[in-house]
Amino acid sequence: MSLIELTGIERVFTLGDSEVHALRALDLSIGTGEYVAIMGPSGSGKSTLLNLLGLLDRPNAGTYRLEGRDVTTLSGEEQAQVRRERIGFVFQSFHLVPRLTAAENITLPMMLAGIVAAERNERAARALADYGLTDRADHRPDQLSGGQRQRVAIARATIMRPAMILADEPTGNLDRATGEDVMELLEGLNAGGVTLIVVTHDPVLGSRARRRVMMEDGRKVEDTGAA
Amino acid sequence: MRPADVLRFAAGSATGSPLRTFLMVLAMSIGVAAVVVLTALGDGARRYVVNEFSSLGSNLVIVLPGRSETGGFNPANAITGTTRDLTVEDAAAVARAPSVLRTAPLTIGTSEATYGGKLMDVTIVGTTADYLAIRRMEVAQGRFLPAANLGQSMSVAVLGAKIRDELFGAEPALGRMFRVGDRRYRVIGVMAASGQGLGMNADEVVVLPVEAAQAMFNTNTLFRIMVEAKGRESIQRARKETLEILMARHDGEEDVTVITQDAVLATFDRILGVLTYGVAGIAGISLAVAGILVMNVMLVSVTQRTGEIGLMKALGAPGHTIRNAFLTEAALLSATGAIVGYLIGQAGAFALRLALPTLPAYAPGWAVIAALGTALATGLLFGVMPANRAARLDAVQALSKR
Repeated sequence: MSLIELTGIERVFTLGDSEVHALRALDLSIGTGEYVAIMGPSGSGKSTLLNLLGLLDRPNAGTYRLEGRDVTTLSGEEQAQVRRERIGFVFQSFHLVPRLTAAENITLPMMLAGIVAAERNERAARALADYGLTDRADHRPDQLSGGQRQRVAIARATIMRPAMILADEPTGNLDRATGEDVMELLEGLNAGGVTLIVVTHDPVLGSRARRRVMMEDGRKVEDTGAA
Repeated sequence: MRPADVLRFAAGSATGSPLRTFLMVLAMSIGVAAVVVLTALGDGARRYVVNEFSSLGSNLVIVLPGRSETGGFNPANAITGTTRDLTVEDAAAVARAPSVLRTAPLTIGTSEATYGGKLMDVTIVGTTADYLAIRRMEVAQGRFLPAANLGQSMSVAVLGAKIRDELFGAEPALGRMFRVGDRRYRVIGVMAASGQGLGMNADEVVVLPVEAAQAMFNTNTLFRIMVEAKGRESIQRARKETLEILMARHDGEEDVTVITQDAVLATFDRILGVLTYGVAGIAGISLAVAGILVMNVMLVSVTQRTGEIGLMKALGAPGHTIRNAFLTEAALLSATGAIVGYLIGQAGAFALRLALPTLPAYAPGWAVIAALGTALATGLLFGVMPANRAARLDAVQALSKR
């Protein structure tokens, strides 16, 4: 059974009078533990696809099965729970809460899940140690370097042990060397069994993935090694 | 999300932008402080007036002979309309009621006083020794009427200050005999000048023992019985007991009218009470303004924190969690503002009491509770709209904003 099963997905945005087809008749299946790069120029629909996969957006037509369960018909509340427990997001601009320390940013998903403070702190401390951030635990985002910020964001994305990580241009705001570190970190997680889906327009970054999905005008134009 | 975490998160986001929080707390606290100080002033004025009245003898219950109809036509009165005399003995009986401190019978009339060829019209007040205490009057020279020593002290008089001056001029009045009507009286005291009171000038009267006055006017009935209750709270009981005693003594018929000076006082009390409400209402407007400010600032906050809200949604926060977080923040800010405002208000009331020692400027309990309640309610009410807006934010758009 594949982790993700998209069939006949359509996503239409209405901009004024005109309709923009962000996704057309998209079928995609991704298995557990895969490393997929979704590539394409801007406006190709790759970000829309990522938002759909992350349950931040709903398709106009088609079904999305996550771990065999149709998640398109879930209520907002249930979708929030799926995001909380099964999906980790990594963003280009990190999206750390500026007033919270690194440790507090990492505990945020656990706080939303209602985990008690003692366990939160213990798990956060372990994550900080795993990502080499122990001495940065009490620093706020503006006191961290770009690479450190993205490491905090990845620690936050993985703290709930999700089934998949959705990374939107994870190295877009980082220099080459730091970007390399971050990708190794993500790939290490993938090696540990987590499904990794990276959205990028950078061919170099995309070529690292075992499977590449090329998008253009809302259509899947190329898919190497479909599972 | 656990309630404690919601609270901590909201507190964190409030302290995360100190200036915004400070301004909001300031606005709220000014509103609450205004209510506390202004109601303290209003209620202080009310209490001041009440106290002033009390010192004039506000615990008074006054008995008038005859029944004044205030409740419309009563068939019982049409059949048995006889009015019995209100007597000195009635006054003495009322004085024994448990809620009554003392009573004084009152007979009033006019006569002519003559001394050394001078003649003047005077008002005669026939009463007993307790009258002095009931009316809170003072004797300037000599003494007041002796306590119930009938017979031998019938021919004594106490003069009002003005009568003394006009009748005796520079001569000492004490101990002199003078004539009222066709009898002679010895001056045993002169009242201190006190001015107007209850519609008659106390400086222009000659006070005689009640029996002497009744004999002079050839009457058995009294003009009034003045009854002093033991305290402000026992006025109504004293009134009831007085009525019961007099009815019992008058063959079960209610042929007297018992009024309280407290009724007059109650009117003042009511007027100033309404004034206090009005002032509280005006101050309350500033609370509403503060509430709108809370809404405005919270809306700005939602806009500023769009990215954070989007992130929270991506991390799996359902809409109601985000709404709760923002509502809690609004509640925290208004509660802090309310408490700070309460302290400022109480400090202001304290300063008022220092500046005007005669004014008991204490904010009434209802005003404090209303101010705190309104502050919290407006904070929450005006927090709902921004919180809902935050909860409804589209996650994708929120995340794409930086």
